[in-house]
Amino acid sequence: MLRNSAFLHWAQRVLHTQAFRITLVFVFFYAVTATALVAFTWWNSQRALDAQTDQTIEAEVAGLRDTYLRLGVIGLSDVINGRVAQHGSGIYYLESPSRAVLAGNLLGIPETAKSVGGFFEFEYQRAQQSETVTRTARGEGFTLPGGYILLVARDVTDQKYSRKKFFTTIPWTIGLMLLLGIAGGVLLSRNILRRLDTITRTSSEIVAGDFSRRVPITPAGDEFDTLAENLNVMLERTERLMKGMREVVDSVAHDLRTPLNRLRNRLEDMQRKLSPEDPHLDDIDSAIAETDRLIGTFNALLLIAEADSGMTRGSMSAVDLSAIVADIADLYAPLAEEKEIVLEVAPSGVLTIEGNRSLVSQALANLIDNAIKYTPSGGHIWVAATETPAGIDLCVADNGPGIPVQDRTRVLERFVRLEKSRNSPGTGLGLSLVAAVARMHEAKLTLGDNAPGLKATISFPRTFVKKGNRE
Amino acid sequence: MRILVVEDDLEAQRYLVNGLKEAGHVVDDAADGDTGLTLALSRPYDCAIIDRMLPKLDGLNVVAEMREHGNTMPVLFLSALSEVDDRVKGLKAGGDDYLTKPYAFVELLARIDALMRRRAPAAVKTKLAVGELELDLLTRTATREGQAIDLQPREFRLLEYLMRHAGQVVTRTMLLESVWEYHFDPQTNVIDVHISRLRAKIDKGFSAQLLHTVRGAGYMIRAAK
Repeated sequence: MLRNSAFLHWAQRVLHTQAFRITLVFVFFYAVTATALVAFTWWNSQRALDAQTDQTIEAEVAGLRDTYLRLGVIGLSDVINGRVAQHGSGIYYLESPSRAVLAGNLLGIPETAKSVGGFFEFEYQRAQQSETVTRTARGEGFTLPGGYILLVARDVTDQKYSRKKFFTTIPWTIGLMLLLGIAGGVLLSRNILRRLDTITRTSSEIVAGDFSRRVPITPAGDEFDTLAENLNVMLERTERLMKGMREVVDSVAHDLRTPLNRLRNRLEDMQRKLSPEDPHLDDIDSAIAETDRLIGTFNALLLIAEADSGMTRGSMSAVDLSAIVADIADLYAPLAEEKEIVLEVAPSGVLTIEGNRSLVSQALANLIDNAIKYTPSGGHIWVAATETPAGIDLCVADNGPGIPVQDRTRVLERFVRLEKSRNSPGTGLGLSLVAAVARMHEAKLTLGDNAPGLKATISFPRTFVKKGNRE
Repeated sequence: MRILVVEDDLEAQRYLVNGLKEAGHVVDDAADGDTGLTLALSRPYDCAIIDRMLPKLDGLNVVAEMREHGNTMPVLFLSALSEVDDRVKGLKAGGDDYLTKPYAFVELLARIDALMRRRAPAAVKTKLAVGELELDLLTRTATREGQAIDLQPREFRLLEYLMRHAGQVVTRTMLLESVWEYHFDPQTNVIDVHISRLRAKIDKGFSAQLLHTVRGAGYMIRAAK
């Protein structure tokens, strides 16, 4: 059963390839053209053959008419009987005006011969090895001066037979041609598919974060290998860029953290050395607080850079979104309660995605934190992780003031804070980080209207959803 | 307590060493991985603070070598590198805790105190007690002066962590890391709200306060004197 469905899947893929379609179109046109060509040639040769027969007959008729004019009916009968005796393919028939057979090898004249002048085909009976067979002939009948009717014809049964035989072979030939063509198409498509599959596999591994992967090159040196080589050059460059980015992020991190660390150390040292009553202690405390804010902003920026550079791709594992929702909601519940906001979590089954637990949690924390910050006392916040046809949606909605439509894209940019929130605490990087975490998981962050309020949704694509989720 | 500090930024090293000495510890220092490893293997320490990036021998390798030689002293990594998967690497190499620079000294102090305490072989306890406050780890119940205290599961874990570190400063990030298993810095002080709720349950209505706020550092639970 499984084998069967696997084969069906494979067959479906092959039949859907461009190569197969091209082959099919090609085979179709080839069959039509070949048939037309053969038919035309055949028709032409048949015509030529008929014409040849007709010419022979005409010449003979002219000769016989001559004989008749010179020697009369008796002479003509003699000549005809002489030719019949030779047992050739000639068919003769001479009839007197009183419908008496005078000479020839036909028992009677076919009905068609009397009315029609010119060439015609007819069937006649002939004794052949003790039995009578019906055969076909082509000939010309005409009336001689004096009311005698003369018919001269040639047996064309063999010609007819081969003509018929040819007709019956045409459908078989076309069928075979189509069959071979389709088989060729399948083979071609399979080969192309196999080559493309290795490229697809490599590129999806690279998308998943393994930048060291390269497309294998075969010894064939064909156009696919050229493509693979070009791709590999591109990958080489991308890897170098990513590595460079990583190094920059790392060295920026290191080179800024070291002096920030010293700065904080120095301030703490001063703080320790001052007596608790010293009036400068407050200044130092606020200097430390300011340093910590600086560090917070710096860390957030670095985290966004890391998420965007793909550095965190290696840290992905199976994480259950509903567990994260429960944990983060649990963490923020007292804070919401203190502000008299109802924090409601929609229950869900296990919803596992391939992700970074820490970053997804932090993104959700930022969304809930924002919701609590901007929803007035007595408000309501809804948190839910739900499975959709496209993947899994992680959603935080509130009934606060929301974000005006024209500002919704702008708030995702770094450091953008809307006018009215400029004086509340925060780095202005919260939503940017959420957006970066979404990008890292190939998810989409949408800020929508909860009428009233804000509805922020991170939509994880199906490719990041782990199989085996159950409600 | 004897502490080994391996840090190549000499200024940071000086502050660290002075701070630890002021806190009453005996400190040895090294400025590169080789010296650090030699010291770690030749003298008994209660704890080591090792920078992640060191000249000669990388911090990760120092710890890996130490562990290979059967040295089990607790190690706290300091790192100026970007964080996300670095923490995992540090812990995998055999580190016990991980702190990103710049750090608050009180945070460092609280963490190494916790590390050194963890090292003391504690019998498997089924009950924790601080003064009159008792926590039964088997029945998951809390009582103070015989009165039952109703705790939510998360509150229970929070109190358990505080009581396991009774008499020690526990920082907000330590609580977030061990009770919620999160390593990020919440923008709002969510932990404070949890603590004040817990405090309302265990201290309200009793004469002596057990759960204290340590200014600029975190929290501490200790028996009233």
